[in-house]
Amino acid sequence: MKILLCSLCLLMASGSLMAGSKVIATGGATTVEGNSGGGIVPWATINGYSSSDEWSVNTFAGRVGVDDFTLDSVGIGASFNNQWELSFARQKFTLDTIGGELRQDILGIKYKIAGELLYSGMPQISLGAQFKKNRDFALPAAVGAGDDSGYELYLAASKVFFDAIAGRNLLLNATVRSTDAHQAGLLGFGGAGVSHKLMFESSAVLLLNYNLALGTEFKQKPNQLGFADEQHWRDVFAAWFINKNASVVLGYVDLGDIAGLTEQTGFYLSVEGTW
Amino acid sequence: MVKYLLFVTTLVLTACQHHPEASLYQRLGGETGVENIVDGVLSGIEHDSSIVHHFADTDIPRFRRLLIEQFCELAGGPCKYTGASMQESHTGFQITQAHFDALVNHLISAMQQQQVPIEAQNEFLAMLAPMYKDVVYR
Repeated sequence: MKILLCSLCLLMASGSLMAGSKVIATGGATTVEGNSGGGIVPWATINGYSSSDEWSVNTFAGRVGVDDFTLDSVGIGASFNNQWELSFARQKFTLDTIGGELRQDILGIKYKIAGELLYSGMPQISLGAQFKKNRDFALPAAVGAGDDSGYELYLAASKVFFDAIAGRNLLLNATVRSTDAHQAGLLGFGGAGVSHKLMFESSAVLLLNYNLALGTEFKQKPNQLGFADEQHWRDVFAAWFINKNASVVLGYVDLGDIAGLTEQTGFYLSVEGTW
Repeated sequence: MVKYLLFVTTLVLTACQHHPEASLYQRLGGETGVENIVDGVLSGIEHDSSIVHHFADTDIPRFRRLLIEQFCELAGGPCKYTGASMQESHTGFQITQAHFDALVNHLISAMQQQQVPIEAQNEFLAMLAPMYKDVVYR
């Protein structure tokens, strides 16, 4: 947590450093999986502020703290041409009550296929892939996961509607993800009778002004691991895009039941730096 | 309970009351407001090395007059835009998405500087955003 606050202070102190041409907030925030989106749902947006022929890099650190678990995520990413996004995230899921931890690495790539978030009638549409690899697999294997790695493909559509609610701009996003992950991969992948399933995810974000936004998200989960039910994830969040170099997201999350421990709710905090 | 309901009802009714709304042109600040916004945009362009080269051969006073006309007409003001279509005036300039984004940033800064209410800014941006397809990569 200290690291989060320190990095935020550094970012704020850094003022307006090199940043791309895109309009503020249009790179989205960074999800716990390292790609551009909200907190738990990847969007069609490309991270950072690189417009055509521009580069940008970003880094983030986030923590989800629910009743019996803590998920820490850190990552880096790079984007080019407002079209390509490459990301790497490292997650540590601490089992505060049960004891132990589950670590996972996520490599992500996203490509914008069509549309422009702000400027086209059609939504911006992107195709993404994630490669996930468990760094701790004893527990997932013991509870029935078949594989310590897996891939996910997703198709996301995002659009900003100007002057939508009370004169404010509204971002709507819908994402379809193909996955065989258990608890987003933290409890492994595949296993007996487990197949890739299509899951629906969505976000709605109201931009109060250029720097502040309020949002809510839903992430459908497949629930294919026999030993304990997993449930859909939900969150509400406030995002503060301080400038094109720094943003902070604070949220409330509902992760449902995890590994037999019920009603896991708590906070979400993420800071991001972009250059 | 009844008191509470009455209170809420009053609040809701107050919120829903329709005030005769000022036109977008008025909320942008009328003639002076639009002129100031255009001057803000021109100043932004002037200091932006990424796009200023597009205006090297531009007759700036004429460009300023046309931009004021266009903004005024779009916002419902008493003007008539007398320039060429967006597509005609941008073809051959090789304007990229980054150039367009830069211009949008200058417009936003100019409207912020002018303290245009966020609702009016968004309404105006909604009118301008679709011009992207007529301006970029022509």
